[in-house]
Amino acid sequence: MADKDLKTKWNLTPGGWNLEGVPAYQDEKRFTQVGRSVPRVDGPVKVKGEAVYTGDMILPGMVYGKIKRSTYAHAIIKKIDYSKALELPGVLAVITGEEAPNKWGIVPQAANETVLAIGKVRFYGEGVAAVAAVDEETAEAALELIEVEYEPLPVLLDPFESMARAGEVLIHEDSPKNILHEGEQVYGDIDKAFAECEYVLEREFHTNYPQHGFLEPQTALASYDPQSGQMHLWASTQIPHYLHRQLSIVLEIPMNKIRVTLPAIGGGFGGKGEASIAEFVASLLSRKIGRPVSVTFERNEVFFTNKGRHPCHMKVKMGLDKEGYIKAIDFDNTLDKGAYSGWGMVVLFYTASMLHLPYEVPNVRFRGRSVYTNKPSTGAMRGLGGVQPRWALECIMDELAEVMGISPYELKMKNAIESSHTCINNMFVPHSEYKKCLETAVEKSGFLEKHGKLPFGKGIGIAGGYYISGTAYTLYQNYKPHTSVMIRVDTEAGVTLMCAAADIGQGCNTVMAQMVAEELGVHYEDVHVQSGDTEIGAFDLGSFASRLTYASGAAIKMACVEINQKIKETAAGMLGVRADQLVLKNREVYSMYETKKRIPWEKVVEAYTSINGSLVGLGNFSPPRRKGIDIVTGNRVQGANIGHSPTFGFSAQVHEVEVDVETGRIYVKKVTEAGDCGTPVNPMSVDGQVEGSIMFNLGACLYEDQKLDANGKHLNPNFHDYKTPTTMEMPEMDTNIVESYDHTAPFGVKETGEGAVQPTFPAITNAIYDAIGVRFYNLPITPEMVLKALKEKKAVEASSK
Amino acid sequence: MKKLIELDINGRLYEVAVNDRDLLLDVIRKKAGLFGTKKGCGEGDCGACTVLIDGKPELACLKLAIACQGKKITTVEGLIQEGGALHPIQQAFVDHGAVQCGFCTPGMIMSAKGLLDRNPKPTLYDIKHELSGNICRCTGYKRIIEAVQAAAEVWSKEGVK
Ligand code: FES
Ligand code: FES
Repeated sequence: MADKDLKTKWNLTPGGWNLEGVPAYQDEKRFTQVGRSVPRVDGPVKVKGEAVYTGDMILPGMVYGKIKRSTYAHAIIKKIDYSKALELPGVLAVITGEEAPNKWGIVPQAANETVLAIGKVRFYGEGVAAVAAVDEETAEAALELIEVEYEPLPVLLDPFESMARAGEVLIHEDSPKNILHEGEQVYGDIDKAFAECEYVLEREFHTNYPQHGFLEPQTALASYDPQSGQMHLWASTQIPHYLHRQLSIVLEIPMNKIRVTLPAIGGGFGGKGEASIAEFVASLLSRKIGRPVSVTFERNEVFFTNKGRHPCHMKVKMGLDKEGYIKAIDFDNTLDKGAYSGWGMVVLFYTASMLHLPYEVPNVRFRGRSVYTNKPSTGAMRGLGGVQPRWALECIMDELAEVMGISPYELKMKNAIESSHTCINNMFVPHSEYKKCLETAVEKSGFLEKHGKLPFGKGIGIAGGYYISGTAYTLYQNYKPHTSVMIRVDTEAGVTLMCAAADIGQGCNTVMAQMVAEELGVHYEDVHVQSGDTEIGAFDLGSFASRLTYASGAAIKMACVEINQKIKETAAGMLGVRADQLVLKNREVYSMYETKKRIPWEKVVEAYTSINGSLVGLGNFSPPRRKGIDIVTGNRVQGANIGHSPTFGFSAQVHEVEVDVETGRIYVKKVTEAGDCGTPVNPMSVDGQVEGSIMFNLGACLYEDQKLDANGKHLNPNFHDYKTPTTMEMPEMDTNIVESYDHTAPFGVKETGEGAVQPTFPAITNAIYDAIGVRFYNLPITPEMVLKALKEKKAVEASSK
Repeated sequence: MKKLIELDINGRLYEVAVNDRDLLLDVIRKKAGLFGTKKGCGEGDCGACTVLIDGKPELACLKLAIACQGKKITTVEGLIQEGGALHPIQQAFVDHGAVQCGFCTPGMIMSAKGLLDRNPKPTLYDIKHELSGNICRCTGYKRIIEAVQAAAEVWSKEGVK
């Protein structure tokens, strides 16, 4: 955008005053760089095919690693014989679990996975050995030569069966009930509240077992230098820091001897939010042979190692008073953890936290347990812990509205929270435009005119949701800032932001450039972003929990304070005006009172660096911590601080569906979405995130489900049988960013990447009910389920005639 | 046994030693060093490896390299215009926010190119249909389709090579 456009866009006079007579610099919302749709900084290299992903890298002397995987879901490993593999020409090394017995896992208290299985395998496809060879073909041939002898154990694939048979079969010796963790949270007086309710409904909901399906399989390239003892790992990860930390534990190398670098990343959606075996295996093999080793998963290995969404078995009871105000929620959740703990109790308690918003709920009881099964482990997947309870709650509210004889929209508006809301678990929401989201989605879709009035087979449904913008706590005991950034300004590199944030495709490098530019008064094109490197960049926790825009924004603001102060002091001398009267905007420094006194920003930088050398600013951010308590009694509640966040994003969606009653197929025809993401730093990217979110969960609602046979063998570890939505399933999408500004947030920002996945399941499910009068409590909602339900419905109707 | 064959990729002849079983995708990436073509599945299910063979979009992970002798292969690198300018499809992808992680992007662009070469004025359905073999997990497809529509417009106005 040309400078001219910027001025007219924000109604600025040439002197920097807006038309209402308020000086622009005094109005914190009058941005020039933030809040505009700019093309992504990495767009051109990606369309040219020149972006370098980990799998595109070749280092001198590089060889390839491959992993031998278990053909049993639960078995004792009696013997591994790899002598024949070692004899194959071109094979350089073979490793087994004993090589690295230290346990890894992103939550250290729960870490219970080894790089390769030791003594026993717990899911089909678990790694048992790995090979390094001169090329991939040789490595693959070597895998065939490794002989593994197993003694099969009973396979537990269902969490209820797993608990019931724990006396007889244990998946982990140290978990006597096959339960990773169970917990209870009680707020208020649930029984009393239900007794006083006018409307009470109780339902059971069961979710499916989808996987992220990021298009770039996990890839890692490790290069160990035996002379210096330095390990350099390039990896397709979302969490350079947590990976760094776990590598240090597994390899027993100090963190300062390991460097993690992120090349371009081909998507993550939470799946690369945990370390991957590829990373450990590449590192171990490289250390063993002293040469760079590249490990790329095949697509089936992506499915085998999974870490997708937890299937949840939820019992939900919700009570409303006469007027329709929610008085109580009783929620019982059994999560299918799969074989290893990974995120541990975090996901369990997220599903608890999600009960407290976006509606006011005075009495809540949560009981839950995360149960081991012999399945590929579940983990973090877009909207972690939120999607399943949100589906249940928004569906039950739809039913309750029907019982009450009011519109679900009315019921939601009545209960929706507003800004400065404290939940009963002490979660604080500084700002909310959730009501505006609901209003906008309803108005733009014509929901009220259509709901309940469309012909049979056509339906419309509404649902809302929210998500955190970062979490208040690190995954291990630690009090250091969650994000640090360094900004360097000089005539050589201009402006460079150095940080360890991970651009996994969501576009944070562009957004961070915009924020730095805004703060320094330059243009986003002037900012170089060096991110995703634990050595170049300062500390950052990584890309998860929708934390980046907020956390990086806050750290960037802080780093710029120091720089701007020095720029102003220098310019003050050059212009002969007081430093505190200077404004930095549009690559200029000028006096707010005598606007003729101005000088190009670059000239000031030149003057400063000629005297002092490079100008460097440091910034960091730690989210505020709040206690996890019941605010009525003041009692501490275990896990209640999980889900606390500096601020929250909101979304409302209206889905319009058509159900083909002959085939049972469900077509989502149109989606109207309205989101509160605070200030949209790059509105085009926000829309992209929201559209992607909708399609992501549209797929998981209607098509996606990993299937295992009775022995735990994965039946659809490929994109042929695991169906993700294509262009043909894409509905018309009308996404709207509602006007929102959170004064407590840097630049007024909030999350956008995970809030918009929350309403999709329930909005579709409610729309299907509106279309054919059947409520579904299992996912995905397949054509077979629709046909069966329609048949049953017909039979019931016939018998009642 | 390896054979020496010649492959015409983006108008340049590459002399490569291949096995009978070697896949075009691997040869393009590892032997010709053209890493723009991506492998998302290696099983013909995702479209990330789409290239043009004699103008037709094909999945390089399903093609044997030896079967491509004497054919004109175009990869995403072959679209670049004079002076390094972007091809209108590439430009449209950038301008419309059709790129997120970018891993599906080269394949998408090649599928779109195949379509527009054949049918410069595609309907919405034509575009959806043509791109239905290319999975994108990031964008929700909307902006990709808008980009192809925009490129088609430039195409019919200005004409493209
Ligand atoms: S890599 Fe060829 S279709 Fe997926
Ligand atoms: S942009 Fe990531 S898969 Fe399409």
